[in-house]
Amino acid sequence: MHLDHAASHDGPAAVGADAHRPDGARRALRIGLGGPVGSGKTATVAALCRVLRDDVSLAVVTNDIYTREDAEFLLRAAVLPPERIAAVETGACPHTAIRDDISANLEAVEDLEDQVGPLDLILVESGGDNLTATFSRGLVDAQIFVIDVAGGDDIPRKGGPGVTTADLLVVNKTDLAPYVGSDLTRMAADARAQRPRLPVILQSLREEDGVGAVADWVRARLAAWTA
Amino acid sequence: MSRGALLVLADGRFPAGGHAHSGGAEAAVRAGRVTGAASLEDFCRGRLHTTGLVSAALAAAAALGADPVELDAAADARTPSPALRTASRKLGRQLTRAARAAWPSGELDALSERFPKGAHQPVVLGVTARAAGLAPVDAAYCAVYESVSGPASATVRLLGLDPFGATGVLARLAPETDRVAEAAVRAAERAAGEGTDALPAASAPLLEISAQAHAGWDVRLFAT
Ligand SMILES: Nc1nc2c(ncn2[C@@H]2O[C@H](COP(=O)(O)OP(=O)(O)O)[C@@H](O)[C@H]2O)c(=O)[nH]1
Ligand SMILES: [Mg+2]
Repeated sequence: MHLDHAASHDGPAAVGADAHRPDGARRALRIGLGGPVGSGKTATVAALCRVLRDDVSLAVVTNDIYTREDAEFLLRAAVLPPERIAAVETGACPHTAIRDDISANLEAVEDLEDQVGPLDLILVESGGDNLTATFSRGLVDAQIFVIDVAGGDDIPRKGGPGVTTADLLVVNKTDLAPYVGSDLTRMAADARAQRPRLPVILQSLREEDGVGAVADWVRARLAAWTA
Repeated sequence: MSRGALLVLADGRFPAGGHAHSGGAEAAVRAGRVTGAASLEDFCRGRLHTTGLVSAALAAAAALGADPVELDAAADARTPSPALRTASRKLGRQLTRAARAAWPSGELDALSERFPKGAHQPVVLGVTARAAGLAPVDAAYCAVYESVSGPASATVRLLGLDPFGATGVLARLAPETDRVAEAAVRAAERAAGEGTDALPAASAPLLEISAQAHAGWDVRLFAT
């Protein structure tokens, strides 16, 4: 029996976190976007695609709960050519597909690299779940947790693995704060207290270049990945 | 054989993609054919003696060392629905990945090279059992049990069926599961001498037809 790691390079990679493709080339950086349903994950993905697509070769994997709605939204919005968008079906358990059993998602990212590669970046959107759902490190290299102002301004204070451990926390829809009575200053302070060493970005996608700060963060991760 | 390895492979949490599949239960629930524990039991019994038996015989034959390429063709011939064929190959590919990480083996590497997009899941299951040091009967048991455990847990999610009720169904079917696994192993042993035509081809037309319809639904919770 050959248990050495070299064995996993014959044929398709057996280990998800392996940074190289079977041919030895470095694979694309994979960034996960998680967070509650409706917080603005798909809108953020779409905005990132528009901002990044001219100088970054990228693709998207969606994990819808019971439809192909996110994939279809991205297709309709034409943020990327259809062959760069793949949908994974999650069997009523979106968190399982991004954390406990990542096999379908790994196949989706590998197929995208095979079919439209070489790719620099793959964004993996989670189907939307509760505050405990995070991505496996075997699937993504970094994760963004997206919450929104309208979901209640006590979410950062309540914490949970998404809020406390994601590599980037995005508090979205700041434009709605006055209408839903959310205290942005408090949300930002609570978020920083929950994650003293990790970044927090407040954004509104209704604003011109609303996704700019998140796009800069993604570019920095890309630079570190390819360095 | 290692009873420990058998538990790892048979565990519903083994990360090989099964959680996204209902084994036809979602379509049966929508059609009103599965409405509670009693009809779930009938549904599962039907699967045991059709797709369960066929999958188990393929898995046992692969575990015995039959040629995976021939077995894969035999699985194709026994899976009329294109949607189910695609799903079986996807699941085979997912299982290959998990198996190679759990029990690295030259045979699994070769299988993955020959079928980069996946061989049929029962064939991969049998090759996995070999890599894990398990016997053909173990592979058969995994396949038969999967054929009913998937629909049972899916029905808990789809109908809000009492989970104790669903588990009771599986427990009541256990003696029948034993008999199907044994029959599958006998067929696999026959196939070792007579070729893959000796493998069972018990089909469930309604499962095949409803799988095709299900694949076209706009809104569904499970992949099959
Ligand atoms: N007002 C406002 N609405 C937003 C913003 N971002 C997203 N939305 C809207 O919120 C809704 C849900 O967004 P979506 O991206 O589908 O959420 P997901 O479920 O997290 O993917 C959609 O109607 C978006 O147009 C924002 O910054 N401000
Ligand atoms: Mg979405």
